[in-house]
Amino acid sequence: MTLMTSTRQNEPSAMPLPNDERPKKIEIEGLRKSFGKIEVLKGISLEACQGDVVAILGASGSGKSTLLRCLNFLETPDAGTLSICGERITMPASAKGRMIQVDRQTLIRIRTRAAMVFQSFNLWSHMTVLENVIEAPIQVQRRPRAVCVAEAEAVLARVGLAEKRHTYPAMLSGGQQQRVAIARALAMRPEVLLFDEPTSALDPELVGEVLTVMRSLADEGRTMLVVTHEMGFARHVSSRTVFLHQGLVEEEGPSADVFANPKSERFRQFIRRIEV
Amino acid sequence: MDSYDLLFGGGRWWIPLSEGALTTVTIAASGFVLGAIFGSALALMRLGGNAVARRLADIYTTTLRGIPDLLVIYLLYFGGSGALGLIGGFFGATGFIGIPTFATGALALGVVSAAYQAEVFRGAFKAIARGELEAGRACGMSGPAMFRRIVAPQALRFALPGLGNVWQLILKETALISVVGLVELMRAAQVGAGSTRQPFLFYLSAFVLYLVITSISGRLFARAEAICARPYRRA
Repeated sequence: MTLMTSTRQNEPSAMPLPNDERPKKIEIEGLRKSFGKIEVLKGISLEACQGDVVAILGASGSGKSTLLRCLNFLETPDAGTLSICGERITMPASAKGRMIQVDRQTLIRIRTRAAMVFQSFNLWSHMTVLENVIEAPIQVQRRPRAVCVAEAEAVLARVGLAEKRHTYPAMLSGGQQQRVAIARALAMRPEVLLFDEPTSALDPELVGEVLTVMRSLADEGRTMLVVTHEMGFARHVSSRTVFLHQGLVEEEGPSADVFANPKSERFRQFIRRIEV
Repeated sequence: MDSYDLLFGGGRWWIPLSEGALTTVTIAASGFVLGAIFGSALALMRLGGNAVARRLADIYTTTLRGIPDLLVIYLLYFGGSGALGLIGGFFGATGFIGIPTFATGALALGVVSAAYQAEVFRGAFKAIARGELEAGRACGMSGPAMFRRIVAPQALRFALPGLGNVWQLILKETALISVVGLVELMRAAQVGAGSTRQPFLFYLSAFVLYLVITSISGRLFARAEAICARPYRRA
C-alpha cells in the first residue's frame, strides 16, 4: 500500500498545474459506433489526463460500456480519432471487418497500457489466482517468469489476496474475484485502468471491498476510467464525471461541480432517480 | 482337453486371444487419435467464419453419422484396393490387390469417429465462458495464444465425458473390421471357436477381455475427468 493521501475530490482546483500541462493519457474525438442500424455512440469527445479518475455515468443503453470497450478495441469504432497512451489512431481502422490500420503490435501496446476490468470478472477458471495474474505479463509482454511472479505477489497483496494465490476462482467470492481481476490488470503495469461496471455483478455486501481497492488506486494517482452506477464513487472518488445520454456527452466536468450544479436537466433527474 | 487346458495349458489359445485384444486396443487407439485430429479440424470448420467450410463440415458430420460403419469400412477397403489395382495395372500387375487391413481399419474408425468427436469438441468450445475469451483479447493475447492457453485446456475438460463415450463406441466398432480380415479380438475368438468347436468358451473369453478393456479405459477417463474438474470444485 502506498501512503499517498491526496483527496481526489478537490484535485481539479487543488492541482498546481493547469489541466493541460499533465500528459494526456486518453483523447477521444468524434467517436462513433453503430451495431447494425443502431448508432450507439454518436460522436463522443473526451479527454483524460494522467491521474484523472473519470466516472462515466448514464442509463443503460446510453453507450457507456461501448465507449469503454472501444478504447482498447474490443469493439472497433466506426469513426473518430482515438489517442490511447501515446498511440493515435484515426478511424475507420477497419474495412470489411478487417483491421487495416491497427497492427498487432499497436494493439498489444494499447491493450497492455489500458487494462480492462470487467463486470463479470472473467477470470480464467482453469488457472489459479497467481496463474491468472502472471498470464499476460508472461505470455503477452514476454517478461521473465520470476519477475512476474514477484510482481504478481505484490499486486495480490495490494488487493488483500496474497494468501489466496494458489486458489482457483470458483472458490472465491465475487468480491474476491473482482479484486483478483484488478490485480490481473495491475500486473501488466498499465498506464490507464478501464473499469466496466466493476461492482454491478456483486452482492451488495461485497461492493465495499472492491470500491475500497479502487479508491486506494485513485489515491495512488492512477489514471482510471470507470463506467459505474455507484454514485458515491462518482461523487466522492472520481475527479471528473461524464454523463452520457443516447450516445452523446450530456454533462461533463469536475465531479464536485457537476454534482453540485448539474447543467443538464436529464442528469439532474438521473441523480435523483439513482440516489433515492 | 478341458476348457482351462485349451486356453492356458497345451492349447495355448490365450496367446492368439490376447494378441487379438492387443490389436483391438491399438486399432481403437489409432482410430481415436485420427478421429480427434479430423474431428477438431471439423469442429474448427463448423465454428469458423467461412460459410462454405461450415457447410462442408456440416454435411460431413451428418453423412458419416447417418450411414452404417460397415459400409464405410467396405468403401474404404474396396475403394482403396481398387485405386491400388488401377495404379498396379500401370505397372503390369493383374487381379485384386489388398490394402493393409490395419491401416484401413484405423482410417475407417478415424473417419467415422471424427464426425462424433467434431460434435463433442464443438459443444466443448461452446461451453467455455465467452467472457474468459474476451479477457484474453483485452490483455493482448493473440488468437493462437488464446487457443493454447484458454480454449484448449478448458475445451478438453468439457470434452472428456463425450470423448469417453466415443472411445467406447470405437472399441465396439473394431469388431467390424474383422470383415476385411484383420485378426482383432472378435476374429481371434471366431478362429478359436471354429477350430476347437467350443464357440461358447471362446466367445465368453472374448466377452471377458472386452469387459477388461472397457473397465480399465472407463476408469482412466474417470481419473482424467476428476483431475480436470479440480479447479471447478467449490470449497
